Amino acid sequence: MANGTQIPRDERRSLSSHLPPVVQPGHTMASVTDKISSVVLTRQTPRAWFIGLAISFSLTMLLLVAVTYLLAKGTGIWGVNIPVAWAFAIINFVWWIGIGHAGTLISAILLLLRQEWRTSINRFAEAMTLFAVACAGLYPLLHMGRPWLAYWLFPYPNTMGMWPQFRSPLVWDVFAVSTYLLVSLLFWFIGLIPDLATLRDRSPSRVGRFVYGLLAMGWRGSARHWHRYEMAYLLLAGLSTPLVVSVHTIVSFDFAVAQLPGWHATVFPPYFVAGAIYAGFAMVMILAIPLRRFYGLQDFVTMRHLDNMARITLATGMFVAYGYMMETFMAWYSGSIFESALMTNRFSGPYAAWYWALLVFNVLIPQALWFTRVRSSTVALFLIAVSVSIGMWLERFIIVVVSLHRDFLPSSWGMYYPTFWDWAMYLGSIGLFFSLLFLFLRFLPMISIFEMRTLLPGAEVKEENP
Amino acid sequence: MAQIFHPSTNTFSKVSIFGALFLIGGALWGLAVLNRSGYATQAGVAREQPVPFSHKHHTGELGIDCRYCHTSVEVSASAGIPPTQTCMNCHAQIWSDSPTLEPVRASYRSGESIEWIKVHDLPDFVYFDHSIHVSKGIGCASCHGRIDEMNLVRQVSPMQMEWCLDCHRNPAEHVRPRDEVFDMAWWTDDQAALGAKLIDEYDIEGRDDCSICHR
Repeated sequence: MANGTQIPRDERRSLSSHLPPVVQPGHTMASVTDKISSVVLTRQTPRAWFIGLAISFSLTMLLLVAVTYLLAKGTGIWGVNIPVAWAFAIINFVWWIGIGHAGTLISAILLLLRQEWRTSINRFAEAMTLFAVACAGLYPLLHMGRPWLAYWLFPYPNTMGMWPQFRSPLVWDVFAVSTYLLVSLLFWFIGLIPDLATLRDRSPSRVGRFVYGLLAMGWRGSARHWHRYEMAYLLLAGLSTPLVVSVHTIVSFDFAVAQLPGWHATVFPPYFVAGAIYAGFAMVMILAIPLRRFYGLQDFVTMRHLDNMARITLATGMFVAYGYMMETFMAWYSGSIFESALMTNRFSGPYAAWYWALLVFNVLIPQALWFTRVRSSTVALFLIAVSVSIGMWLERFIIVVVSLHRDFLPSSWGMYYPTFWDWAMYLGSIGLFFSLLFLFLRFLPMISIFEMRTLLPGAEVKEENP
Repeated sequence: MAQIFHPSTNTFSKVSIFGALFLIGGALWGLAVLNRSGYATQAGVAREQPVPFSHKHHTGELGIDCRYCHTSVEVSASAGIPPTQTCMNCHAQIWSDSPTLEPVRASYRSGESIEWIKVHDLPDFVYFDHSIHVSKGIGCASCHGRIDEMNLVRQVSPMQMEWCLDCHRNPAEHVRPRDEVFDMAWWTDDQAALGAKLIDEYDIEGRDDCSICHR
């Protein structure tokens, strides 16, 4: 990697000498390449992989059934109705989009900030982003009721002589999410090219050499290739960086631009972005902790990584807690009876149990991350990450359902109850996510091989005239 | 291990990336064209009718007024399809034993309507009213074309929403004096000046809000 090293690497190491290393000592270029590429190329596919894929794939089939039934019958099979016309579809959309954000943060912002520890987690975090955005995209499309007309959302010279309503955040969403998907896909693919070439060169089968060769797009690793590659990668990192902030800001506008109590708040954009990164890092930990164990990658995804991620989770979790606090404070400070009625409804209304569960899962339990002993226990980290994922889902449930079900006019109040099909869609999208992830693990290197090699002591360039 | 792809294949890679832009762009353009063509809109396709009634003969050659048959065009949403009785007003006397007109006579004897094929068929979610258009000075020919030159009637307009909105957004380009509404061949050389004057005179707003058509 081109790091115009101002501080010699040894010195930087000594600054953080009390931390575990980013790569366990004793690895060579060959051993790194062997270790990572063997998962894809030579080693027998572990039985756990088949079991995992079977479970996720069954859930994907549940999604297929749910979507088919939905298309046949319409959105009435869900629990949505007036007043709660947005429910699981939007909750799950925001949840999945949020999860994706950690991938972009790791791949773009941490790259620009030269956080070398990102190297061993960025590849699968980016894959996670892509798959999460794919799951997220399903929901608004299906919520439209007639998804085959989804292209109406785009401004194109249509036969209706109409343009989309550009003043609506829902249209901004279309652009934000499709840009996000496109840039993430490009970033991920470009990052893969040198590794695809490695797989092409090492694959024992002709099919493997053909497919990886096709995808490697003629990569030969010449100095010119590397030069252009580094430039393209940096440019894309620069392009992705604003997306980390902008995508979820626009998602938050879906709510904040409306006048509904509980939605109409200026704190929403930063609070949503922090929540997205929070949920995203939790999901990276949920994936990384079992992966490093099952594939024996503890040398590459070390306790240092988990510790760093736990710290980011804790920090963003505090932002989110601040958001909750501000919502409550503003309900009182604004002096609006509707705002305070909403807060009372959150605390003691029919969905109060969900709200208190949210505070427990999202604010209380993650406080354990303050302790080094917790941060160095993979089991504890995994459980806390699961708690954050549940908590962030509950947060969106509270925002969407509790605000909608009782608005200004008591005569229009109602309740929302998820149906079997709501849950089937949700579980199904989790199945889709994990199915894609299992396929990714089997067919592509889950850790960037060439970037790992640059972290080895042997890769260091000695500067003669500093 | 030998490489499957020779370095020369890199050219394919580059060309396909570059070409994909044009391919996708071209496909989208093609779709847009297809969507507006007569294939999609049925414009320009003459429809077979149960009786080969010729508007050209009755209107253009004999000079019968539109309103002789389409009686309600000035007062209601629908222009009206004439009852068999209207045909028989003349055809009881002339061509009264023509085999071509047998379905008309059969309809008259039995009282069963002739099932004409609707040529200008708007979707059910569109509310269209002939009377307001006629009374604000939109000629029959503006939408239906030269009916007096058609043997079997065909659509001349695409009848797509952008076509409706074209006029609703710029009515001055299409408005004509009320007296000339039923004149198929009416034409002015100075539509701009006339349009501006008539818009004012007839108090035409050119509304394009949703609920003017989708009620």
